[in-house]
Amino acid sequence: MRLEYFEMIDRVESIDLDAGKISVHAYVPKDSTVFEGHFPGHPLVPGVLLIEAMAQAAGYLILANEKFERMTFLAAVKEAKLRTFVLPETALIVTSEIEHDGSGYTMSKTAITADGKKICNAKLTHRTLPFENDDLKGHVLERARVTGLLNEG
Amino acid sequence: MSSTFDTVADIISDIGDVEREKITPDSHVISDLEIDSLDFLDVAFSIDKEFDIKVPVEDWMTEINDGNADAEDYFLMKNLCAKIDELKKEKAA
Repeated sequence: MRLEYFEMIDRVESIDLDAGKISVHAYVPKDSTVFEGHFPGHPLVPGVLLIEAMAQAAGYLILANEKFERMTFLAAVKEAKLRTFVLPETALIVTSEIEHDGSGYTMSKTAITADGKKICNAKLTHRTLPFENDDLKGHVLERARVTGLLNEG
Repeated sequence: MSSTFDTVADIISDIGDVEREKITPDSHVISDLEIDSLDFLDVAFSIDKEFDIKVPVEDWMTEINDGNADAEDYFLMKNLCAKIDELKKEKAA
């Protein structure tokens, strides 16, 4: 994870488009400027960034489901539960499952675990829209390649 | 139509926190019942699930935004329910 750059996902572990499921790895770094403020002397991953990590995992799944033709945007977070603190150097597994693939929007159930222990979970709604420009699409495709979401050749 | 109306009205009442009695066939989902675009995604989700259809929200919005349809065509309760009935028929065919 590079928290400052909102790069929350390190590697896609598995994705099953037929089942509408994804599992990704996210390792919390030892150091980040985020921890300088959250909190001084007691570094914790902010809950909003855990929600962002869940949103990105679900977003990856939707991106692949949309064959990378449309961008995903987080639209709603429901029933979010942040169950325990997440410290630096924690290995997280983020999983997401599509609950409903609608017209221009997708609902998913998403969760994070560490060492098999439930960290947080939420029901998310993403809107999907055509990419605003090729620059954005290029960046998304590059991240997809780096994380193993997109395997070409 | 009537059972569709009752079901959709119940969904909107629940999601939009609108008094059920206020919802009539002539109610405009957006301007009268104050369902915004985000709430409508929840409404569409519940309608999709309830009737096992896929409400083409995106196509509708494109038609409205492009000036090829009026918002009333899709968001007046009686018209919305008629569209849902069409979608149910297409699904069953």
